[in-house]
Amino acid sequence: MAKLLLIDDEPLARQILREYLQTYPQYQVVQECQDGFEGVKAIQQHQPDLVFLDIQMPKINGFEMLELIEHPPAVIFTTAFDEYAIRAFEAHAVDYLLKPFSRDRFDKALRKWEELAGNHPSRVAASDLLETAAQSPLQRQRVVVKNGSKIKIIPVHEILFLEAADDYVKICTSEGTFLKNQTLGHFERILDPGQFLRPHRSYLVNIQQITRIEPYEKENHVILLKSGKQIPVSRSGYARLKEVLGI
Amino acid sequence: MANTPLSVTRFRFVFGACWLVLMTDHALILYWLGITWTAAILDSVISNSLLLLFSLLIMNTLRYYLPRREQYLHIFFWCVFLALLWLLLTRWFLDLALTGYPGYPTLLSHSLSIRFSIAFLLLGCVTMISVLWYTWEEQKETEARKADAERLAREAELYKLRQQLQPHFLFNSLNSINALIGSSPQEARKMVQELSDFLRGTLRREENQFISLADELEYLRLYLDIEKVRFGHRLVTDVQTTPEALTHRLPALLLQPLMENAIKFGLYGTTGEARISLRAQATEDQLVVEVTNPYDADMQMPSGTGFGLRSVKRRLYLLFGRSDLVETSQGSRDFSVTVKIPRNHGETAAY
Repeated sequence: MAKLLLIDDEPLARQILREYLQTYPQYQVVQECQDGFEGVKAIQQHQPDLVFLDIQMPKINGFEMLELIEHPPAVIFTTAFDEYAIRAFEAHAVDYLLKPFSRDRFDKALRKWEELAGNHPSRVAASDLLETAAQSPLQRQRVVVKNGSKIKIIPVHEILFLEAADDYVKICTSEGTFLKNQTLGHFERILDPGQFLRPHRSYLVNIQQITRIEPYEKENHVILLKSGKQIPVSRSGYARLKEVLGI
Repeated sequence: MANTPLSVTRFRFVFGACWLVLMTDHALILYWLGITWTAAILDSVISNSLLLLFSLLIMNTLRYYLPRREQYLHIFFWCVFLALLWLLLTRWFLDLALTGYPGYPTLLSHSLSIRFSIAFLLLGCVTMISVLWYTWEEQKETEARKADAERLAREAELYKLRQQLQPHFLFNSLNSINALIGSSPQEARKMVQELSDFLRGTLRREENQFISLADELEYLRLYLDIEKVRFGHRLVTDVQTTPEALTHRLPALLLQPLMENAIKFGLYGTTGEARISLRAQATEDQLVVEVTNPYDADMQMPSGTGFGLRSVKRRLYLLFGRSDLVETSQGSRDFSVTVKIPRNHGETAAY
């Protein structure tokens, strides 16, 4: 029996999903969650096959919640109005349901998932879809990371710099360093290029934090941050730096 | 602050040239009247430098105190006074510097009345030009402000249109109704009714219409009832008013964006129960409404919350010409917005 999870902060929105699902006895709703925090826990606990996910939710939104999960399950978004997300997700989400949706529309979304899941016996992953969402025209205002069992929301302006470390990215803030299973290129895409600069293959720096740029050895340069941290600058990075800072 | 006429390079040149001509002219006349070149030039430099100083003084003073129409007589007397002062100072300096030259003291005492007249005319001219210039500058500023205000009004109009549609609220409410139709048709019917009344209210009310707080709260109740159906037990509201406050009049639809803001902030910024409270009380000359919502210091404001607040601020500014009517305060767990609505004079100030 396939396991389903419903995540929506409005009880009636979950109720209608449950009602529509009554005609599918082969699917079991393992849990209902009313926010992203519960959602993360429930996904880890139950490993559901399909998640119905709202986008606008308390504290962290649906996208941010998915980012916290290592192997996201298949997702059908249910949302009232989110044109950017819809555009970005069209290609990759299993489906998206625009509230209010009819039973027919719901059935169609479910059939779509059944087909996809049939072709890929393991699972329809949502990881591709996050990459697409990252390219949506909405620049990120915050980054959500998991710190042990806690979820930390970091406003973008509090990030000092980011450093690539194998499969992870170290996010350095004044409060400490957080790890996120992502590439630096991903952050370069989602963060405002006017605010974050990549002076080196392994670094992305908050421009506001730069105090000085000094020559280093022969032809190289190094960036000094307010915290005293030194960031190496590659040759192409120096050209970008000059361009962005107008020097 | 307005720029002085001398901040324009072209005017600086003209002004300087005029002064040079004046000085040369002054020296030439004195020379023809029979004193030596040195004395004539010294006299000219001393008198005209002092006069230049006085002119600059006038120009700068008018920059900060531009006279209104009824004060023009004051300006005339000031010119007379300044010309006399100038005459006194000049005479003292000239006495000091030039008594030794033959025939000079007599010439000086004979020419005092002419000197005064010329100085008065010149200072008068400078004053007139300055007044004209600053009035013109002020007008330019007023026009720029007016253009700005018009642009803001247009933006507000657009925002209002978008607000009227409120797509998120509308679609989510419809979704809730959809769910209720299956489970409890009676409640669904009630919600359709409330949603209709609410939407009708949004569309009908004019931006500058004033209604009593009791009416505004009745309208707010529709909105809160709908939101309560959507969010279930998570949303708790608490409205407290004094009887005097209920009759106080305020611009229509002023409180709803504040409430919407508080709900968005409270419900999307925290998990668990969100208690939104509204307290209204009337003082002698104003109505004070405070809306409080829970708040989590770790969170950034959910996007879009600042906008509703700004529009309320702007609306009150346009109606009452005051920017101190909206205040926000952040406690460790609460965020509150206090709005003051002045009594009575607002309705006439609307136009």
